[in-house]
Amino acid sequence: MDTVTMSRALMGSSLGFHIIFATLGVGIPFMILLAEVIHYVKKDADFGLMAKRWTRAQAILLGVAIPSGTIVGVMLALLWPGFMEIVGEVIALPFQIEIWAFFLEALFMAIYVYAADRLTPIMRIISVGFVALGASASALLITDAHAWMNTPRGFRIEDGQILDVNPWAAVFNPSVWTTASHVLLSAYMTGAFAVVSIAAYKLLRGQREERERKFHQKALVLALFVGLAMSLGTAFNGHATAQMLHEYQPEKLAAAEGLFETQANAPLALGGWVDGDSQRIIGAIHIPGMLSFLAGDSFDTVVKGLNEFPREHWPPLHVHVLFNLMVGIGSLLIFIAAFSLFMQWIRKRLNPWMLRMLVPTGGLAILGIETGWIFSCTGRQPWTIYHIQYTHEAATTADNVGTLFFLFLSLYLFLLVVTGFFMRLYFRKFPVSVDLQKGEIL
Amino acid sequence: MSDMNIAISLIWFFLLLYAFAGSVDMGAGFWALVYGRRKDTRAGQIANRFLSPSWKVTNTFLVLLVVAVIGFFPRGAFMLGTALLVPVSLVLILLTLRSAFMVFAYTSQEYTVPLLWISGITGLLIPGLLMTVLPVTLGGFITMEDGAPHLLLGKVFTSPTVYAYVGFGIASELYLSSLFLSDYAREAEDEQTYRQYREAAAALGPIALAMGVLATYAMLPEAEWIVLRMRDNLTWFILSFAAFLCAYLALWKKNSRGSRGLPRVAVLVTAAQYTLASIGYGSAHLPYLIYPYLTVEQGFTNPLMFRSLLIGYTVSTLVLLPVFVWFWRLFLTDKRYIKPE
Ligand code: HDD
Ligand code: HEM
Ligand code: HEM
Repeated sequence: MDTVTMSRALMGSSLGFHIIFATLGVGIPFMILLAEVIHYVKKDADFGLMAKRWTRAQAILLGVAIPSGTIVGVMLALLWPGFMEIVGEVIALPFQIEIWAFFLEALFMAIYVYAADRLTPIMRIISVGFVALGASASALLITDAHAWMNTPRGFRIEDGQILDVNPWAAVFNPSVWTTASHVLLSAYMTGAFAVVSIAAYKLLRGQREERERKFHQKALVLALFVGLAMSLGTAFNGHATAQMLHEYQPEKLAAAEGLFETQANAPLALGGWVDGDSQRIIGAIHIPGMLSFLAGDSFDTVVKGLNEFPREHWPPLHVHVLFNLMVGIGSLLIFIAAFSLFMQWIRKRLNPWMLRMLVPTGGLAILGIETGWIFSCTGRQPWTIYHIQYTHEAATTADNVGTLFFLFLSLYLFLLVVTGFFMRLYFRKFPVSVDLQKGEIL
Repeated sequence: MSDMNIAISLIWFFLLLYAFAGSVDMGAGFWALVYGRRKDTRAGQIANRFLSPSWKVTNTFLVLLVVAVIGFFPRGAFMLGTALLVPVSLVLILLTLRSAFMVFAYTSQEYTVPLLWISGITGLLIPGLLMTVLPVTLGGFITMEDGAPHLLLGKVFTSPTVYAYVGFGIASELYLSSLFLSDYAREAEDEQTYRQYREAAAALGPIALAMGVLATYAMLPEAEWIVLRMRDNLTWFILSFAAFLCAYLALWKKNSRGSRGLPRVAVLVTAAQYTLASIGYGSAHLPYLIYPYLTVEQGFTNPLMFRSLLIGYTVSTLVLLPVFVWFWRLFLTDKRYIKPE
């Protein structure tokens, strides 16, 4: 395998690992903040306890989120020096401001966790509010850099020279707001469904005291509300994101939908996989005209097909599957959350089979995040900076990348297992029942 | 000062900050291992008290350093990235293991011993590996093939110069951290722990100094140029040596409690000692980022980005300063935190 391929593999797996913890690091502080506020307003001790238990979980996740983020941050410079040359001259600002978001988060997280007993309730809410703000800001800022890679602005390249740099035009590139909202909404959604999963699992298992059931029940309903609202937001905003692709990255949209011929009244293809040689989608359901409608709010919209572009500029065609998975997961979760809330509302309690349906929702949301990101980054190929820099121009020329890839991959697998192990161990040792008895609330 | 000099001075400042914060952080992990299992002392606990809230903040300084280098010197990215891929990747792996297992250690009492070992050992290895970066920038370890830089890994890991640097790094780390923790223990009014850390510092100070001198002369075969230039900057090193003597004397001076040592003075003067020496070293290193291939000028970003970055750093520092102060008060001086019943 050549260095470029190995670098892509190493970058992709590192980002795929980081994003699990990073997304939860955006979503869970948001849930903690909500629980703290509800606790303060309703004076219901259960919500205080929720905030405390979620904070413990978040503190464990941080132990992996922060170093894995440090890895991707440094690796960007090590593996993609050609890319970083341009980044440094054009879009260094979000990277730099992000550092201060990290500081904000790290400082207030330490304050919220280790100084909790010395803070007033209002100061606690403010502290965790800044944690959530810092996490969301770091997601927004890094997404800005990612959006700029898709719709680069603020410079021009002539004979390998970077000219006419305008840092703010780069920061406010055309896709930043749609993309950043999509990332944030999907992260809040993932945090909520992670809570849904655990609450549903706890409610399913064994005979529980009424007091404990109530606790999990409250967590479940809160998380379902947040999950429903955020997944609706994600879907609506995803529509805007797709329109952004239509305007700025037509070949990515064409690959996502397996569309070869440019046409008005273009159909939406659900499922199946795209075959480049026969220019067909195998095993898909077609909804006539729907793609045109989604892309431009009218059936007459002309959507560009892949044949408009030279073959060597086609993104890999398997992105169709990734795109479908993401959209499918989004639609399914909206349905599940709405249905469960409806049943909860008329019956006041959920059946075991419904709880069982809720257990995998957190995992599904994470799968949605993974497929979405891989779609977005892989769908940009062969470009690292869209229509400006090829991936092989960005890559390092160092040896040993292959060895490093296997080293890091083992590290990630090992850490996934160990993190799960300690998470279980910890919550076994401090079960809700004991916390409830102690009546101990931060 | 020219734009370029402002930029490189900022990088130097961030590097120094991380060197201090990182030394104390990693060193605390090592001391927690050394003293952690002993029932007769709270030295391990004191180290952990400091470590728990602060390691995340320290880590962010590392990220700050990397981002600042790329931001101010993007045209050096190719050279720096390619040359440093392997040593820095190893640091990243160790750093990840360390952070993860430190957090796990707080969650579980059963596994404390193996977890302490991981944080203690990585606490020595990480600064050691980071130190290998310095001799690499001095030349002799990188070759150019078809315009692309290659690091001679075998040479790096068999070079006595590199090991002299590693030794100096580890000795300094342990000296700085034991000094700092002695002051922290004094702040916690734990006289016995204070004495333990003071003793460690008193033993390590001369060793760190000797290693520094050794590392300098070990460079002669591979990078004579820097030794010659350090000679031109001798004043800084003399001042630094004087600071060392003052700090060391402060460790032995009788204090008002009837024991020996003024840890606060020793910490501050030692900070000055390392700052002075690194000014001397840094000036000798200029204008090269990587000798002889990459100078500050070749790596520097465009003036517009430079100005935006500078404004960015100023504004964000002003915004965050109060939070840092609050953090410092809560965890470094508040008796309710550092001296629990
Ligand atoms: C739980 C996660 C999740 C869910 C349910 C959805 N998305 Fe998404 N999507 C993401 C998580 C995500 C993401 C991981 O956050 C991405 C990757 C890059 C990005 O900007 O956001 C993304 C990217 C992304 C892109 C590509 C943007 C680009 O390449 O720049 C499009 C077109 C959509 N999404 C559209 C949708 C639509 C129409 C959805 C309908 C329900 C949807 N997404 C649900
Ligand atoms: C190339 C992509 C990315 C890079 C270079 C990167 C970089 C980093 C770095 C360096 C850290 C550690 C900060 C510290 O030391 O405190 C970090 C943590 C974090 N990252 Fe990433 N990141 C990337 C992608 C993302 C994305 C896409 C998101 C948003 C969904 C995200 C959200 C976070 C969050 C929230 C944290 C804080 C850790 C936590 O609180 O859980 N990152 N990232
Ligand atoms: C955190 C979630 C992310 C995931 C899971 C992800 C996934 C991937 C994958 C799978 C690749 C390899 C693509 C291929 O070779 O087919 C890749 C490449 C890359 N990604 Fe992303 N990405 C993420 C976020 C980001 C962000 C926020 C940035 C921008 C700062 C970014 C910058 C890059 C770069 C520079 C490459 C290498 C060059 C290239 O292949 O174009 N990624 N990413």
